[in-house]
This record gives sequence, structure tokens and C-alpha cells, in this order.
Amino acid sequence: MYASLIGPFAEFEFMQRALVGVIAIALGGGPVGVFLMLRRMSLTGDAMAHAILPGAAIGYLFAGLSLPAMTIGGLAAGVIVAVAAGLVSRFTALKEDASLAAFYLLSLALGVTIVSLRGSNVDLLHVLFGTVLALDDNTLLLLAAISTITVMALAVLYRPLVLECVDPIFLRSVSRAGTPTHLAFLGLVVLNLVGGFHALGTLLAVGMMMLPAAAARFWASDITAMMIGSIVIGMLSGLGGLLLSFHLELPAGPAVILTAGGAYVFSLMFGREGGLLWLMWPGKHLEA
Amino acid sequence: MNAAPSAIRFDEVTLGYGRHPAVHHLSGEFPAGSLTAVVGPNGAGKSTLLKGIVGTLRPLEGHIRLHLPAQASVAYLPQAAEIDRTFPLSVYDLVSMGLWSRSGVLGGIGRGDRTRIEDALAAVGLTGFERRPIGTLSGGQMQRTLFARLLLQDAALILLDEPFTAIDAKTTADLLDLVRRWHTESRTVVAVLHDIDVVRRVFPETLLIARESVAWGTTAQVLSAENLLKARQMVEAYDPHASACHRSAA
Repeated sequence: MYASLIGPFAEFEFMQRALVGVIAIALGGGPVGVFLMLRRMSLTGDAMAHAILPGAAIGYLFAGLSLPAMTIGGLAAGVIVAVAAGLVSRFTALKEDASLAAFYLLSLALGVTIVSLRGSNVDLLHVLFGTVLALDDNTLLLLAAISTITVMALAVLYRPLVLECVDPIFLRSVSRAGTPTHLAFLGLVVLNLVGGFHALGTLLAVGMMMLPAAAARFWASDITAMMIGSIVIGMLSGLGGLLLSFHLELPAGPAVILTAGGAYVFSLMFGREGGLLWLMWPGKHLEA
Repeated sequence: MNAAPSAIRFDEVTLGYGRHPAVHHLSGEFPAGSLTAVVGPNGAGKSTLLKGIVGTLRPLEGHIRLHLPAQASVAYLPQAAEIDRTFPLSVYDLVSMGLWSRSGVLGGIGRGDRTRIEDALAAVGLTGFERRPIGTLSGGQMQRTLFARLLLQDAALILLDEPFTAIDAKTTADLLDLVRRWHTESRTVVAVLHDIDVVRRVFPETLLIARESVAWGTTAQVLSAENLLKARQMVEAYDPHASACHRSAA
């Protein structure tokens, strides 16, 4: 038991670092994912994750696999695409989902091209799928900072963020906080995606946001419980995925996301709030 | 109209979408403390009028002026369909948002506030529903919940957009009692309504509108057979090639 569950982390420093990294990512990504889901922006998160790629790639072009260059590039690209997609949908007939799809395809192709201009396929894989088993001190600090900022910002934005989802007209009638809140929230999404990008790569970063959030939806009927659930599911998926990759010699990033995916499928089947099992056998109806 | 100062004043107001007017050259006032029904056929511009007062829609022309005590807020109940009922939120949490003007983004909800929330829920007959998710409420219960939120907003001006559509007689009667109570508390209430009987029974004043004001004043005078016929004959005139309106904005 000890040897298989604790041993890898006690023995290998890279496993400890990976665990700290995925825990930090789960802490910030889970609640952000819950809000993305409740605001019906799940695919927006996916599109923005791809949009980060060309920015990070340009950083890579200038400075190689450098943390600050790729972080700044990714943040800039994420913000530009979020704003551009918002503007296109506001001023043209194209809906936001269509304009995001256009932008993210463009970004993905551009990003892969830029990385290939200079780097090898190994570097490309690094950018696309991350290096959760090779997190250095600075990357860990970045991940911890991002999750700290995220949790504190969500605490401040909580009320307008919830109200903007439930009853935007009411929010507009009592406050002007709506638009700044939305922008700050998009900023948090980009920030968490950039953090996740360093550990899991652009293609999988969004997985630690959406999968735990979607799984938590099946266990909680209250938004607070849902956010806590998403964090717990994210952290357990991180732990389970790392162990899985260690014992079965699987690539670590995909193993973490696969575990989160497994948690989602399990919740879909057995979740107390609308899981398939409860839909099929709801039990006898109550008195009142 | 009467001696009371105006709470809302319209000067040649035109409201609309694109450049097409939905409310055309409206002038007049809602006196402070008045209880007014806004009546008219579908497409007459009733909801548009409320949006103009709240400020979510800017007039294409003219001015809407609100004269409210400095601190007072405006409470607005839009048509219920615009609320996301799938959001995992409890009745208590939704009602407590009526305290926004006091608590803002960050302010806490203290013991006194909690008592007020409970009182508001009791006033609409929803004691015991605190923890229910809003997605499980019936149409009438949802409307009661929203009225509890209005109670907490403690606003000097209350705007209701078809608050009793698809609501049964019992619930309507209960909620109308709250409207009457607001009137006795000298709040200004403007409600868009369809049920002419309710208007005749409860609302002293009426604005009959069919894109332009057909009649505005005491309910008995406004709701004459002649005026109602006139409003019904309103043409639903959306002309994509309409030319610019040159009526003078006095």
C-alpha cells in the first residue's frame, strides 16, 4: 500500500513537484471551470486554451523554452483572442461561438507553425502536452501565485459573477459591475490556462478546468458545494493520474486528464444530482 | 395632472430599436407616490417604456428625468422568462440579492439583514422555502420569490413588467396586496398589465399606450370603451423603409 501510493512521492523529487503543481492547478482551475460551465462558456475555455499557443510559441521563438517569455506571450495572445472574439460577435452577425472557433483554429495552426520554425518535434510535444514531471521552482511559484490570485479574485467577484449568470438584467439595474466583472473573469480564465499550459500543455490545460467542474455538477445542487467538489475532484485526479503514470509508465499529463475524465464518467453514471443511475432508478416517489 | 411632484417626467421621448420607434413622442409624468398601470396591445411599447425608465435603453430622442430622493434606488422586475432557472442557487440567496444597494459587491449580510430576508419571505408566503433550488420552483413560487427580492430592495420607484402573466388568482391576489402596501408607503409604482379588471380594481391611474400615448390619467376615464377601441386599432407598423420622422421635439 505504502509502496504504491506514498512511495513514489517520498522517493522522487520530480513526483513531489508534479503533485504540488497539479494541486495548485486544481485549486484555481476547478472554480473557474464551474463558472465557465454555469455561464455556458465551456467551449469558450477550450477555444481560449488553443488561442494561447501562438503567443507562447512566439515567446519560444525568441527565448526558447523560457518560463517568462512563454507566459507573457501566452497571456497576451489569450487576452487578444478573447477581446477580438467578443468584438467580432458584438459588431458583426457572427455569434461568439463561431468567431471563437475561427480564432482558435487560426491560433492552433499558427502556433504549431511557429514552434516548428525553430524547434524539434520534442519541443512541439512539450508545448502541446506540457511537462508536468519537469516543473522547476519558478514554474511552481508561478502556478501557486496563479491559484492564489484566482481564489482571492473569485471571492471578490463572487456576487456580481453569480448574479450576472442568473439575472443579468437585475444586475444591470442595481450596479455597473457587470462588464468589468465579465472582463476580470475572462482574465482569470486566461491566467489559469497559461498556468495549466506549463504543466499540461495547451491542448490539455483546459481539461483540469472543465472535467472536474462537469463532474462536480453531478454531486452538488449548490454552487458553493460545486466549487469545493470541483477542487477535490481535480486534486484527486492529479494524484491518481500521477500514480497511474508512475506505475504504468504512461505519459503523465494525459494520465492526469484521463483520470479526471474517469471521474467525470463515474459522476455521470453515479452522481446523486441527475446521474444516469438515479435517472433510471429514481426510487419510489415521496409523500410531498 | 395633480399637485404631487413628478417622480418620472417624459419630454417628447422616443424609444426604439435601430432607428425604428417602439414608443413614439411620449410626454407626461408619473407623480411621486402614484400607482399607475401601463396598458396596451402587444407591441405597444410597454416593456420598452420600462427599459427606458431603468436606463437599459437610451431614448432615440427626448429626455426621461427621474426625480427621486438622493439615496433611493429603482427596483425593476422584468418578465420572468429572462432568469436562468437552471443556475444552482437557493431561494434564500436569490432573495438576499435584493440587499445589493446596501451590501454592494463585498459587504456582509448581518443578523439584521437576515431577519429582513426572513420577513420578506414570510410576506410572500414562502417561509420554509429558503434552501430550495430556484430550478424546482413553480411559476407562481418564482414570482413570489422575485417579489420578496423587490421588498428587500426598499426602492422609492418600483417597475413591474407583466408581473401576473401566467400566475393564478390566489398568487395574484397575494402579490397585489404587496403592491397596495407599497402604494400606502408612498412608493411610486408603475406596472405593465394585461388584466383590465385588476387595473380597474387596484390601480388609480392608467397610461393607455399604443406606441403613442392614447390616454393618460385616472383609470376610469382612460379605460373608456372609445379609448380601448382606439388602442386596439393600432397598426403594427414596422416599415423597413420608413422615412425619418420630422415631428418637432418641442
